Amino acid sequence: MPELITRVTVEELPAASGDPIAVLRFSGDITSASQPAVMGTYEGLPDTVKRILLDFSKVEYLNSSGIALIIQMMIAASKRGQKINSFGLSPHFKKVFTMVGITKYTSLFEDEASACAAFS
Amino acid sequence: MNTAASVARLMGFSEERVEDLKTAVAEACINAMEHGNKLDDSLSVSVILSMDENSLEVKVTDNGEGPQTTTDAPDIDRKMQEEEDARGMGMFLIQALVDEVEWVSSPPAGSYARMVIHLHLDHPHA
Repeated sequence: MPELITRVTVEELPAASGDPIAVLRFSGDITSASQPAVMGTYEGLPDTVKRILLDFSKVEYLNSSGIALIIQMMIAASKRGQKINSFGLSPHFKKVFTMVGITKYTSLFEDEASACAAFS
Repeated sequence: MNTAASVARLMGFSEERVEDLKTAVAEACINAMEHGNKLDDSLSVSVILSMDENSLEVKVTDNGEGPQTTTDAPDIDRKMQEEEDARGMGMFLIQALVDEVEWVSSPPAGSYARMVIHLHLDHPHA
């Protein structure tokens, strides 16, 4: 199965209250080859961003190296005082995220609306 | 990965177990290429499927000396504190997602990971 390119788009959403939310929308595969797309996009966010939403709803495949990239992003976000929420994971990858303990540092939501509301 | 998933579906495994198997096989193949064959393009990784009425076995072989990493559960706090590599979760995931797993080291012939899922078992991590 050919590996799909990782694409990441960034959107800024106004929040009902408080700081706006930077949404990173992933598509394709997230693997060790995704470092430039994932971390490069994250590092391009201004330091003023305090709320980050990760959208996994268009991700086709994610492996342990891809999960490690998400952990690297969470480490960097922790240092910059940013909060990360996530949504759009399949039931299988929700289970995998829970197994590796990531859910201690990012909350998983069913949809974008509930993930945004949880920032308030 | 997709061939193993197709066989599992034909055998009657639930979609959840099929997803578990796909992740386990993918992680085993990555380990075989990275740690077993040291990313040497001239070496191959084989995936061998065997089945009986109730079980599907997937064996992933490489030319290496066996696993160099660990099946220990990742310590997310240590990873977040950068006291532990963010990577290194593959073998843990394999062990957590299939019903049986063994890693056999048999140089110079090579090494393999053998994974089995059983039809009649409810998965412990479901």
